[in-house]
Amino acid sequence: MPELHTGRHPMHSARAWWLLACFVAIAAVMVPVFNLVPDEDSIWKLPDFLIPLFGKFICYAIVALAIDLIWGYAGILSLGHGVFFALGGYAMGMYLMRSIGTEGVYGNELPDFMVFLDWKELPWFWYGFEYFAFAFSMALVVPGALAFGFGWLAFRSRITGVYFSIITQAMTFAFMLLFFRNDTGFGGNNGLTDFKRILGISLQEPGTRVGLYVVSVIALLGTYLACRYIVCSKLGRLVTAVRDAETKLRFTGYDPLQYKLFVWTFSAVLCGLAGALYVPQVGIINPSEMQPANSIEMAIWVAVGGRGTLVGAVAGAWLVNATKSWFTVAAPETWLYVLGGTFILVTLFAPRGLVGLLESVRLRGRADSTSPTGSEEVDP
Amino acid sequence: MKLPGFMAIVITMAFAGVEVRAEEAPDFNEALQGLGSKSRTTILKSIDQLSELNDPRSLSALEALLGKRLRSDDHDGLFIVDESGEIFVDALTGEEVRVDPDSLKTPRINNRVRRSLKPLIARLRLRNPDVSIRLAAAEELENRPSADAADSIRLALEEESDQTVRNVLEVALARIELKSDDPQLRLGAVEVLGEHGDRNQEAELVALLDQNEDGQFAESDPAVREAAQSAIQRIQRTAFLNDMAGHFFYGLSLASVLLLAALGLAITFGLMGVINMAHGEMLMLGAYTTYVVIGLFEQHLLAWLDWYLLIAVPTAFLVCAAVGMLLERGVIRFLYGRPLETLLATWGISLVLIQTVRLTFGAQNVEVANPSWLSGGYEILSGVVLPWSRIAIVMFSITTVAVVWWLLQRTRLGLYVRAVTQNREMAAGLGIATSRIDMLTFGLGSGIAGLGGVALSQVGNVGPELGRSYIVDSFMVVVLGGVGNIMGTVVAALGLGVLNKFLEPVSGAVLGKIFVLGFLILFIQRRPQGIFALKGRAAEA
Amino acid sequence: MSAGARVLDSSRVDTHQGGILYVEGVSVAFDGFKALDDLNLYLDEGELRCIIGPNGAGKTTLMDVITGKTRPDTGTIFFGSNVDLTTLEEHEIVNAGIGRKFQTPTVFEQHSVLENLEVAAKANKRVWSSLFGTTSAVVRDKILEVAETVGLAQTLDRQAGNLSHGQKQWLEIGMLLAQDPMLLLVDEPVAGMSQHEVERTGELLSGLAGSHTVVVVEHDMEFIRSIARKVTVLHQGRVIAEGEMDDVQQNPDVVEVYLGE
Repeated sequence: MPELHTGRHPMHSARAWWLLACFVAIAAVMVPVFNLVPDEDSIWKLPDFLIPLFGKFICYAIVALAIDLIWGYAGILSLGHGVFFALGGYAMGMYLMRSIGTEGVYGNELPDFMVFLDWKELPWFWYGFEYFAFAFSMALVVPGALAFGFGWLAFRSRITGVYFSIITQAMTFAFMLLFFRNDTGFGGNNGLTDFKRILGISLQEPGTRVGLYVVSVIALLGTYLACRYIVCSKLGRLVTAVRDAETKLRFTGYDPLQYKLFVWTFSAVLCGLAGALYVPQVGIINPSEMQPANSIEMAIWVAVGGRGTLVGAVAGAWLVNATKSWFTVAAPETWLYVLGGTFILVTLFAPRGLVGLLESVRLRGRADSTSPTGSEEVDP
Repeated sequence: MKLPGFMAIVITMAFAGVEVRAEEAPDFNEALQGLGSKSRTTILKSIDQLSELNDPRSLSALEALLGKRLRSDDHDGLFIVDESGEIFVDALTGEEVRVDPDSLKTPRINNRVRRSLKPLIARLRLRNPDVSIRLAAAEELENRPSADAADSIRLALEEESDQTVRNVLEVALARIELKSDDPQLRLGAVEVLGEHGDRNQEAELVALLDQNEDGQFAESDPAVREAAQSAIQRIQRTAFLNDMAGHFFYGLSLASVLLLAALGLAITFGLMGVINMAHGEMLMLGAYTTYVVIGLFEQHLLAWLDWYLLIAVPTAFLVCAAVGMLLERGVIRFLYGRPLETLLATWGISLVLIQTVRLTFGAQNVEVANPSWLSGGYEILSGVVLPWSRIAIVMFSITTVAVVWWLLQRTRLGLYVRAVTQNREMAAGLGIATSRIDMLTFGLGSGIAGLGGVALSQVGNVGPELGRSYIVDSFMVVVLGGVGNIMGTVVAALGLGVLNKFLEPVSGAVLGKIFVLGFLILFIQRRPQGIFALKGRAAEA
Repeated sequence: MSAGARVLDSSRVDTHQGGILYVEGVSVAFDGFKALDDLNLYLDEGELRCIIGPNGAGKTTLMDVITGKTRPDTGTIFFGSNVDLTTLEEHEIVNAGIGRKFQTPTVFEQHSVLENLEVAAKANKRVWSSLFGTTSAVVRDKILEVAETVGLAQTLDRQAGNLSHGQKQWLEIGMLLAQDPMLLLVDEPVAGMSQHEVERTGELLSGLAGSHTVVVVEHDMEFIRSIARKVTVLHQGRVIAEGEMDDVQQNPDVVEVYLGE
């Protein structure tokens, strides 16, 4: 009989720890080295434009982990994670706007769009955003607080399944409308952009970009480990129990509300973190990030990779976005067909995503083996 | 107005003219000839004289002057040229003449001339037999009150039989009389304004109550001031009621649109439990079907173009029902019992549909014109015009709901649908082909969405993204109404539509929508089962 | 939550009066249908009570109101003499010391037998201790002991979803035992069990009585007769008879209800 674990399960086998270390070495060390060290025309040179692109993908991977935690493990499909991501992005964007100082088009202390709207002073909710630490903590606190309030209302009323998904979509939609308004005070349509520097360092420097990228990789590593810690704890098993048999769990003496709320809020905070890292790298945040379509697309990353497996979520985010980057350049008209087709085919033929496909291929190879860990299983 | 009445006015006028002429009035011909002068001062003087003469014969020349179709020669000749620029008529005799166009000059007019021309033309047009011309003339006089027009308006009022024109004329007259020296006239005028006036006249009445620095009122007579006070209140009350009626109607019309958008969803989601995120695209397909039908009419049946809706409605239903059934057979039926996956797969379908339409018809909005019998509107109260297209949508949605209700409650298909959605195994056991019913039900829901699309094409833009803007709303309506409850859907659509339109003027359209969404989210959290909650064990399952 | 902190464990339940459950004047109506009609039920500590009655008599609804799944329209339900169950949420009632086994076995199918038992085991069931806490050796020993009792000691690593129907029944009973409740509500425990298993279940429940209070709802009259000491008969949401099995069977009302069915 294999070893029986109670309480906390071990996070990784020795081999998996090694693989993780190799990945971090490549992503956080090799990529910057190949970008910064070789000469401009050396074949070893990693082109500059790839660094922010990779950085973007890293942020998406954090989002994918966040969605996987709430959907893959807790069985709650959110169609509103784009809001948490965007709010994190806006918090960071506000800091970046304030750091422009008087170098804007109008040379005013106020952000350009406020001058354009003929505002005389900073609205109260912009106070404090000139400090990085404050803005960064807001990038985590605001999405977290919103998620907590929203989740508390919804979970307490025992709204589950598609109803929850639909009202999260309504939430995104409402936020998008709100942020599109000029009077809301976040730059309306155009959002926040034309950033100059972060922490006093110019954003245009290649070194800054690499720095942001490396920070993102570290954040991804931290997120992954935190998620892994959660799913390996007893809490992780309880959360999947919520997914599979919520009523039973309640009659076993647990309050599902607390568990859902914890995972839901934590997931939103992770999205806020991703948004905050994303904005300085892409240089803009606007309300279109809150489009319902964006949030659904995030869910498909996880579905493609394989929900209920953390590695699958990350792989799915990268695969879908790499494909998107390629198609939108090479064959823009066909991209929506590819994306739409992915939605349909994955749900019909690969409900457990790539990881599930690989697993079943491997199982076919070794008919006698059982699946490695129970917690990585997903209800087909 | 009957023609004899019109003749009577002409005769009266002629008589009045004779009377004026007795007091050494200016000569009509001379005054008319002045219009062709090179000097604007002369033109203005002629207009004044003609205004005094008030002779209907001058109308065509005055209109020609305004329309730059008046010509003069060097010998006091005055001619009116028609729109084509080829036929010339003598302004004095009204007879067609042959002249050399090159020898003629066009008198030049400026805004000052136009300002004095327009009220005069309007006054003269008050005798036109066509009601709509008289109404336009009366409105012109109402907007530019001039003391000269007072007598003509009084005369016109004696003969006018059309109530709308009368009201406008009375307001016009009251505006003039408000400036009169006679307190009795002013009092009457204030009362008239109180009865028929709108927000535009309110300011004028308010001005009467102004005090200058010495505490003197602009209106000296206290009785008039008191009447003005109550007239203002009356105007405000009427305006308020008009606004409310307007909001209510537009709310009703928005509700109908929401209802048509949500009704199909109430069937596919409410009865079958299928989360069809491509539902909005069914609306879009319905709207594009309308567009295609119009195109076919323009090519082959131009004479019948006004009746394209008769073909578009059934075609849209069939097209969308067919697409819906195809989706159900091809994708959705494999996902029954997996709602979240259905949601994602149908989203994928919506992307494919949008992109297909975009590649076929272009990314830009296409134009879908209302048939002529749907353009224009019906004025229920002054200032509240109900466009025919919106009235038609309200009727259309009522009809659709009635038909759907009849289908579900009174036909065998409806019986089967309800049986399958309530207890699939039992229904199958009774020999109902459940999977066939699934397909037909989904087709019905999609087809109804297609009908919604036809309706939407009549009131809004038709573009590939059309459905996207309705999908969130539609789901909200269905969830709010209580899933599986057609009546609930109707009530929810009504409530939301009206609420939206009443919020809009208070908070602005966007903020209003946000409030409504916020309200919905909170409402659903208080009552997850919707307005018409099922109670008891069924609800707990 | 504050309510959870108030009654986190069963040591707070006052049973000095001898009674452990007081259901008084409870009525529940669903759309006009009276599932429970002014029902009274008293349980003594340590007793084994069987509840029988025809379909729709209100047996499951009674369980529901005790465990907080359904709120009574009127009436009071006290656990011991001091815990008002009508103000507690389901999980708080469980932590106060009332365990319930449902009619159809539900286990966490994606988890192993061991994990199922661990989830059920008495512990601090709040978020932070689930996230950072570990399972103590005492609890682990208790889990293994329960697994032995319900005959699943050899299948601890099996996924619960792959167990047979009977094994799931046993696992659910095991989970109930791992919770170590003062009052066990057991709804149709022997449905789908073999004769041998039925006997073992009967022994187990009889053995639990004394140290625990056990309420069994069952259709299988054979089984009831084999374990019953005191029987309560429900009909149309009311108690129509209560007493020893033999006495109850003689009761004319009971005979009429069962023959009329």
